[in-house]
Amino acid sequence: MPDIFGIPPQALFGQLLLGLINGAFYALLSLGLAVIFGLLNIINFTHGAQYMMGAFVAWMLLNWLGVGYWWALLIVPVTVGLTGILIERTMLHRLYKLDHLYGLLLTFGIALIIQGVFRNQFGSSGLPYGIPAQLRGGTDLGFMFMPNYRGWVVVVSLVVCLATWFVIEKTKLGSYLRAATENPALVQSFGINVPRMITLTYGFGVGLAAFTGVLAAPIYQVSPLMGADLIIIVFAVVVIGGMGSIMGSILTGFGLGIIEGLTKVFYPEASSTVIFVIMVIVLLIKPAGLFGRAR
Amino acid sequence: MKTLKSALLGAVALAAVAAAPAMAQTNVKIGVLSDMSSLYTDLAGAGSVLAARMAADDFGAAAKGIRVEFVSADHQNKADVGSNIARQWYDRDGVDMIVDVPNSGVALAVNGVTREKNKVFLVSGAATSALTGEQCSPNTVHWTYDTWALANGTGKAIVQTGGDTWFFLTADYAFGHQLEADTTNVVKAMGGRVLGGVRAPLNTNDFSSFLLQAQSSRAKIIGLANAGGDTVNSIKQAAEFGIVRRGQSLAGLLVFLTDVHGLGLETAQGLIMTEAFYWDQSDASRAFAKRFAAANKGIHPTMVHAGVYSSVTHYLKAIEATKSAADGKAVVEKMKATPTDDPLFGKGEIRKDGRKIHDMYLFEVKKPSESKGAWDYYKTRATIPAAQAFRPLNEGKCPLVGG
Repeated sequence: MPDIFGIPPQALFGQLLLGLINGAFYALLSLGLAVIFGLLNIINFTHGAQYMMGAFVAWMLLNWLGVGYWWALLIVPVTVGLTGILIERTMLHRLYKLDHLYGLLLTFGIALIIQGVFRNQFGSSGLPYGIPAQLRGGTDLGFMFMPNYRGWVVVVSLVVCLATWFVIEKTKLGSYLRAATENPALVQSFGINVPRMITLTYGFGVGLAAFTGVLAAPIYQVSPLMGADLIIIVFAVVVIGGMGSIMGSILTGFGLGIIEGLTKVFYPEASSTVIFVIMVIVLLIKPAGLFGRAR
Repeated sequence: MKTLKSALLGAVALAAVAAAPAMAQTNVKIGVLSDMSSLYTDLAGAGSVLAARMAADDFGAAAKGIRVEFVSADHQNKADVGSNIARQWYDRDGVDMIVDVPNSGVALAVNGVTREKNKVFLVSGAATSALTGEQCSPNTVHWTYDTWALANGTGKAIVQTGGDTWFFLTADYAFGHQLEADTTNVVKAMGGRVLGGVRAPLNTNDFSSFLLQAQSSRAKIIGLANAGGDTVNSIKQAAEFGIVRRGQSLAGLLVFLTDVHGLGLETAQGLIMTEAFYWDQSDASRAFAKRFAAANKGIHPTMVHAGVYSSVTHYLKAIEATKSAADGKAVVEKMKATPTDDPLFGKGEIRKDGRKIHDMYLFEVKKPSESKGAWDYYKTRATIPAAQAFRPLNEGKCPLVGG
């Protein structure tokens, strides 16, 4: 086969696949952000810290209680989600009527505190977390060696993303949620407990972040800074996709993963900035984001 | 009651202050400037402050008529923040000496400020060999290691054992470029070849794409010219993608003990690296490590911590002889004139260009089955004698040499 821009096609397929895998993380994280913003109007800057907490709680479960990866996938989102609910009940719910900026500042502050506490407790060089035995090794796809664990990550994140989209956009529960954001007073008058629904939604968004943290633990370093490194990119993804658009954030997450992957081949030095370049272009052409509606 | 108590305390304090000059005391203020909040916190950070304090205590500074005070600060890995703190310390707070400073960019900035103010700068954490090369200064001593020594130690050993084709995975900033250049020189001088390289932005999360490029280069050795979290992530992901199992080897050009701890032996085993110090080398180093770890949340000393301890000890010796910390250049001259000798680095010397000379070691990370417990990570592959471990004096282009 002829080379494409000087790169053998096999290598290019490999890079596309890798981009898709990274996109899976972007998609899952930006999905959580989009759900929280779409339904609560809160720009959740704590998201990165909650993702980090997910990875750490998985590590604690394994090393302190001997609970492995598979149970962690279930337990971690619930525990970290509960801390999210606590934050929402004690602090966030006072801010819904105020400007976005207040929620952003509060959650940013909380993120710094959480990161500081973990850094003080666990240091900065990170902790090891192994790949579960069932997913070790890899498959030779011909054009690349595909670690089984990465394949698992793509499949799981696709399933979770689509399920979330389905629940919010296509079910009755989802319609209540969406209605509650449009007009909480009206929905409340139908006998639906709107504040509780919103609290649970925030808990769910936080749980998604923690779930992503568990998925990430065997691949990346489990360190207090892992969320801070990622969250800025994820925010760019959300802005490109359109704040609050569920499907938008999923598609943009995967799409930008691929674009970033290609940048790593053709011009590696720019791979950490390419997403922001795209963000600038999108904002200039379509300020509400690719899939967003102007409010 | 309370006022009486504080009045009494005040009187005691006054008496102490009044009594002080009578003993002909020398006052020294040491500033530990480090990364206290980001990726180098564990390998330097609070541990460096601790090591400096331990050095002063063990030296018995107080009994020798030297009153040592400490300040510390976080340079946030930003050169402007670092040089601002240095200026403030020297101008306003009466700091005589700054020690540690991981991150080559910040260290080069502090190097300039220290020279301008005629104070003393002892480098332990930073890597760039420019500190004793074109940017060498009569006020600076580079203590623990540098990019040349790392490249020379690890590069040479690997080419000698047959790793003669290289691909570099380089952190895209001054330190990474310098390390890549130094290693390339060694590899070529030994008859090896560099097949290619890729420059990854600092703090990259996912290295798989770069690792695949390294894989398709078919080089025998993938040289990791990066540090901290970047190194940890690239090694972890190389294991995941079966890079090592498929016949290529990783060369971590700058790996610290705390990085290995973060990786776990399962992933890090077999990795070869060059360092100046390992805690389990002698009775003295083990005793030091035990005391150090007890006061540092169990984190064992890295070579950076050991370098801080050793350099502060030697500095205090020079202060004891000169009886004053005021003239930085004179203190450094005294340090260069005195042979170094301490429990962690043994005997050595400081060269004209400010380079501290001692043995370096080539370590290999143990297999999980070989490790006897927590922090038992390295076995020694080779000792690189002091005379060969560092860049020859005449090759560094340091203006202080040959004058």
